[in-house]
Amino acid sequence: MASIGTVFEAEGLVDHEFPMVPDGGNRRYRIRWGRGLILLLAGAYFLIPIYAALKFSLQNIDGKFSLSPITAIPSQPGLGAAFFLSVRLAIVTMVITMLLMVPTVIYVHLKMPRFRRVMEVVTILPIVIPPIVLILGVLHAAPLWLKSSPYLLSLVYVILAMPFVYRSLDSGLGALDVKTLVEASRSLGAGWIATIWRVLVPNLRAAILSATVLTVALVLGEFTMASLDLWETLPVWIVDFDQTNAHISTAVAMLSLIGTWVLLTLIISLDRPRSGKLRRNRTS
Amino acid sequence: MKTVKTFGHAATGTSTPLDVGGAARGVRTTTGALVRGLRTSAPVLPFVLYVFLGLGIPTLVIVNLAFRSDAGHLTMSNIHAITSGGQYLTGFETSLKLALVTSLVPGILGTFLAYAISTSRFETMKRLVASASGVLANFGGVNLAFMFVATIGAVGVVTSWLAALGLNPWNHGFSLYKFWGVAIVYMYFQVPLMVLVVTPALHGLRPAWREAAENLGASRWRYWRHVGIPVLMPSVLGSMFLLFGSGFSAYATAEALTGGTIALTPIQIGAYLQGNVISGEENIGYALGFGMVVLMLLSVIGYTLMQRRSSKWLR
Amino acid sequence: MFVNKLKVSVAAGVLSTALAGVALAGGSASASASSCDTATSAAACGGMSKLIAAAKKEGVLNVITLPSNWANYGTIIKDFSKKYGIKVESYNPDGSSQDEINAVEQDKGRSSAPDVLDVGTSYATSNLNLLAPYKVATWSSIPSALKDPSGRWFDDYGGYVSIGCNTKIVTTCPTSFAQLLNPMYKNEVGINGDPTQASAAFSAVFAAALSNGGSFSNIQPGIDFFAKLNKAGNYVPGGSAATAESGTTPILIWWDYLQDSIKSTLPAWTVNIPTDASYAAYYSQAISKTAPHPAAARLWEEYLYSTTGQNLWLQGNARPVELPTIIKNGTVNKTWLAELPVAPAGTTTFPTLAQLATAKNTVAANWASAISGS
Repeated sequence: MASIGTVFEAEGLVDHEFPMVPDGGNRRYRIRWGRGLILLLAGAYFLIPIYAALKFSLQNIDGKFSLSPITAIPSQPGLGAAFFLSVRLAIVTMVITMLLMVPTVIYVHLKMPRFRRVMEVVTILPIVIPPIVLILGVLHAAPLWLKSSPYLLSLVYVILAMPFVYRSLDSGLGALDVKTLVEASRSLGAGWIATIWRVLVPNLRAAILSATVLTVALVLGEFTMASLDLWETLPVWIVDFDQTNAHISTAVAMLSLIGTWVLLTLIISLDRPRSGKLRRNRTS
Repeated sequence: MKTVKTFGHAATGTSTPLDVGGAARGVRTTTGALVRGLRTSAPVLPFVLYVFLGLGIPTLVIVNLAFRSDAGHLTMSNIHAITSGGQYLTGFETSLKLALVTSLVPGILGTFLAYAISTSRFETMKRLVASASGVLANFGGVNLAFMFVATIGAVGVVTSWLAALGLNPWNHGFSLYKFWGVAIVYMYFQVPLMVLVVTPALHGLRPAWREAAENLGASRWRYWRHVGIPVLMPSVLGSMFLLFGSGFSAYATAEALTGGTIALTPIQIGAYLQGNVISGEENIGYALGFGMVVLMLLSVIGYTLMQRRSSKWLR
Repeated sequence: MFVNKLKVSVAAGVLSTALAGVALAGGSASASASSCDTATSAAACGGMSKLIAAAKKEGVLNVITLPSNWANYGTIIKDFSKKYGIKVESYNPDGSSQDEINAVEQDKGRSSAPDVLDVGTSYATSNLNLLAPYKVATWSSIPSALKDPSGRWFDDYGGYVSIGCNTKIVTTCPTSFAQLLNPMYKNEVGINGDPTQASAAFSAVFAAALSNGGSFSNIQPGIDFFAKLNKAGNYVPGGSAATAESGTTPILIWWDYLQDSIKSTLPAWTVNIPTDASYAAYYSQAISKTAPHPAAARLWEEYLYSTTGQNLWLQGNARPVELPTIIKNGTVNKTWLAELPVAPAGTTTFPTLAQLATAKNTVAANWASAISGS
């Protein structure tokens, strides 16, 4: 068993999730094909429409391909300012979300488990109220000094991100034995902040990463509220950029999709690389 | 709870009157219980305050406007309009159906996809998929509708490939602009959303459990039936509930795709609050929004029942 | 010490008198400037030169929901900006009339609040309390049916419902609503969006009603027509300029002056006003009562209703409201006039606001059920 196992391991064909049970290796191959099929179908479903949109946008009337819609973009006025506004909004939203949600969800898991249901219901509301209704409600209620600052959008985005952030953190915490971790840490003399920061957060890495990705993508993609609040964020700039030509506006939309994707991947990669570690962080 | 506090106190060597002693005394006095309750819930106060200011107040504003006429008087006419008008009731019904379909199907598919990805060896692929999921979960509107029209519209790219094989779906009753067509387009942002919110839960499925089950002679099916699914079910249901909310309120994609030919509540809200045709009837839009909130709160009951039932079934 | 104090107080006295003198002069200057802020006409505030000066002092104009390829607004904005040195901030170009009203109401007090509005007429009449009365210099050239008597709103430009067609894909372009039902147009016919939300789409339904036995008080035949079109398989929902350009809707029913934007990317695009239904509508201008730059707002209106402004709208293929007058005066640009799609003969009539309201509610109630039930 050891020799077969190591050969497969070396060739990267074996997943350590499945233990070395002697069965001639058939089951492993079936698992491999099953996963491959799922990924292939998913890839086709998600990538073909992008290809179709790019094909239309880069094709001239006479059927020739040209990259001119794309190359014209970086030189357009206002792009830099819009991009940096979106980045600032994303950072502020992220910071407020994490400071607000992480300690709260941890505390609720520890001390107020029945409050979890309340949180679940409350955090589902922002996703149910259509954005146009919500932003009009916010604008009705917000004082003028707040409306005059773009960071009102950040405050609203925190609410918008809550359903996803809560769900991620809740799932992540549910996978940990929080009580034991906290007891162990406190018994060793750590204060609450140290416990959260140095014990729980590293174990919540996957959940926090999930939440980060969603929040940043949300801020970089949210259009309705930003345009009604009259601020030129990146998505607003993209829509304002060109309505005269469907080819250009489609090309810009696809470019922003791919660009955001690259940006988010870079953000995730800032996380400590876990190459060589085949198992995820666990406490047991 | 008590254990932690005792440890804390052992470490600091102090004892505060309301803690250990209070646990005994406070049971008898309601003020003690109240103060203890407040102390316990104090740390969630920032969250409660933020939600009240950022979500509660706007919601109250919306509810208030739902019950006002255009002149500002309190009235039930908006509510009466939306509960008796055929197109509004159809809208609620279709929206709920769409939300249900686009939470169940993408929910299950998303879980499988998330599992397939999280059990992969390739770290780079995991990162690319995670960021792609984030981007696609927020993608929608005119661009998404246009992408799908360019793909499987009547003159779409994939349609022409299929037509060349003699399998043009449009000739067999398929329409991108009907209910199921819209559902297929919704999957584009619902599946990535599911992948993203369910992945942290998948990390809770320890390989050690799998190995232990195998060593005890359990087949794959028995492992999933008794270990895997029960562990994942609460998170999967919770994530599907999130998808339900998302599918219920999605507006821009449906509007761009169908041009209002399917009655959906968010589209109707858009006609009153963001349109170029119907003026001076914004409060019906707010009433419809209020209706959506009410329906969602009612759905919570269904969701809670489902959670309870599933935990019983899986025991 | 006393002497110094005396000197100081005398100096102060002289200074304050001098200042008072300056203040008075400044006062009268600011009195005419502030009256330009609330003036109901240029004459009321001292004449065009005073208005221009006040506007230049403000230096900025906020416009909203004005796409650059809509009735030539791109050129109009550039020309106005260059002529008076006023920076024009264009917000939310893709927005709707309701967005404009929302912005005026919600963003009151912000420096980015809209100064002027270009909205569907019913949006102006439903929100008169938000609008400032103003009568442009050429007020008398605007037909009385197309303006508010006190000047809170006034029609600006309009056009006819037209059928645009891509001659590269469609062999014979339809010229009437009746022809659209022909099976050769399968999966080809679109309107610009949702008739409960887009005024061009709503107007297409009204035009279809007129061509199928309906009238200004009965829009249901129009809804039935599109249900029939959908059942025949000819109707494609979700139409727009983009779907016209991509070939998804090679036939698009839209305002005639907007079909131009498709022509610029698709030279093979032709436009016909349907022979069996002529339906036209104007949009309306208004000044926000709480405009952050009220003088610039008034100057903008004066500019739009001057010969230059009216002709620039004409260049965008729209029919400016003062067209009959400038044709009579000979100040019309003859080349651009010749490029207008041929209008139907006779005088064009418009539905009343009450008829429009009934029609809109009928469409809102029946559109989705008619199409999805077909």
